[in-house]
Amino acid sequence: MPSAHPPGRGPAGGDGTFGSPELGDRKTVLEPAEIRRALTRVAHEILERTDGADDVLLLGIPTRGVPLASRLADRIEQVEGHPVPHGSLDITMYRDDLRLHPARALGRTEVPAEGIDGKIVVLVDDVLYSGRTVRAALDALNDLGRPRAVQLAVLVDRGHRELPVRPDYVGKNLPTSQQEVVRVLLTEVDGEDAVLLGRAAPARAVRSQARAGGDR
Amino acid sequence: MKRHLISAADLTRDDALLILDTADELARMADRPIKKLPTLRGRTVVNLFYEDSTRTRISFEAAAKRLSADVINFSVKGSSVAKGESLKDTAQTLEAMGADAVVIRHGASGTPHRLASWVRGSVINAGDGAHEHPTQALLDAFTIRRRFGRGVGATAAAGRRRGAGSGGPGAGDGALDGLRVTIVGDVLHSRVARSNVLLLHTLGADVTLVAPPTLLPIAVDTWPCTVGYDLNAALPKSDVVMMLRVQQERMNAAYFPSVREYSRRYGLDVARMGQLPEHAIVMHPGPMNRGVEIAAEVADSPRSTIVEQVANGVSVRMAVLYLLLGGAGAEQ
Repeated sequence: MPSAHPPGRGPAGGDGTFGSPELGDRKTVLEPAEIRRALTRVAHEILERTDGADDVLLLGIPTRGVPLASRLADRIEQVEGHPVPHGSLDITMYRDDLRLHPARALGRTEVPAEGIDGKIVVLVDDVLYSGRTVRAALDALNDLGRPRAVQLAVLVDRGHRELPVRPDYVGKNLPTSQQEVVRVLLTEVDGEDAVLLGRAAPARAVRSQARAGGDR
Repeated sequence: MKRHLISAADLTRDDALLILDTADELARMADRPIKKLPTLRGRTVVNLFYEDSTRTRISFEAAAKRLSADVINFSVKGSSVAKGESLKDTAQTLEAMGADAVVIRHGASGTPHRLASWVRGSVINAGDGAHEHPTQALLDAFTIRRRFGRGVGATAAAGRRRGAGSGGPGAGDGALDGLRVTIVGDVLHSRVARSNVLLLHTLGADVTLVAPPTLLPIAVDTWPCTVGYDLNAALPKSDVVMMLRVQQERMNAAYFPSVREYSRRYGLDVARMGQLPEHAIVMHPGPMNRGVEIAAEVADSPRSTIVEQVANGVSVRMAVLYLLLGGAGAEQ
């Protein structure tokens, strides 16, 4: 049942067409140092916007949102000196496109024991594209409790929203065409840090395919 | 994964591990204030039970409801089956009502297989005669995995995907490689035994059946397991001992001289439990005949996983329903 594995898992990245022979040229749009600086800036913005991040809980969306949330938490702790709780929020069971694909394997939801009630939850994901992942995440949060506020931090915003969703913190705005594929690589998952932009092969340039590659 | 779950033999190692990994994640949800997911909203699951059942039916019902599916319970008493309706006609009725999945228990072996050719939805075998009960085997494997700390959930799953190939034996992928499982008792009438032998073998465990010769099926030598007749010899070499219920309601002949003699030779009492290795666990699919195949002190001991098995049943059946119904529909 290999088809049931979610996209974005493993180095070849499931449906993410990078690494597969049919993908043409690809270029690096963010180097490791740029990713580092972008995350540092986002961490400071979170601190500013939330007055010292006292009630903040960072929840990463699997797969690559989770290490990003952890990195942001580390940076905020370095600046403020107090630890920031972080965890993961799996949205698979809340997706609106479940019936378009074979059943997917689940990611992990790991929320600190004190829960999310009254917290300022910052959702963290790698790429913001259609906004459907974020909608699913809001539904998932609703079943966990009632946060005081929910904000959204992404490493890359590539545009082409299909829902009224707006990020609060953006590492890099990346204007793209819908035929392009954005891939974020992170050391914790892929062994290296990079953001790559490539053109999907014509046969795979269908919107849903491209989205599966960039924005889970 | 196939569209139906009729036999534990239909599951490849990867299929089985995906179900167990999914069940692991779903089990974590049991601690949440809202134990419900929207995933199967608008889908209909029919529980079609031609035989009595407590835990399996309730477990399937709870699993389907936690995934927001609509559940229709159909029991033979009070239905048109009592008026003589055939299985095929009942199947067509369910089909007309748009059942996405049919969970069937029937006294005749092979019924789910037959039903699968008549309905468009997925068929899940919840026990057919003395043939199979695959979800019981899955929840047993899940329970063993948890007790032996092999259920590492997403970590194992991710590792497996990254690893070369489909995870060779002993790859630390959350399977049961090398565990010694002894299944004791009425194998002849047990659907649980057959499903467990097939599934545990797929997952890499070494299975031994121990039973009186009269309670072993004819072709047991073709099963992927070893067979013994001496419980005392098998116990010290077991990590898991699974006691089967003596199914007296299915016994139409004298399979052993007396219940007392059976209990003396094949029952698990406190003294026998003492022969097990320190880490070994005792399982029973339920319902138990206390004092026949298992002593009350053993059933209630900390080594017994009997209550855990019931709790795990819901998570495992949620995983099965999600994987069969949650996606676009797998191949035939």
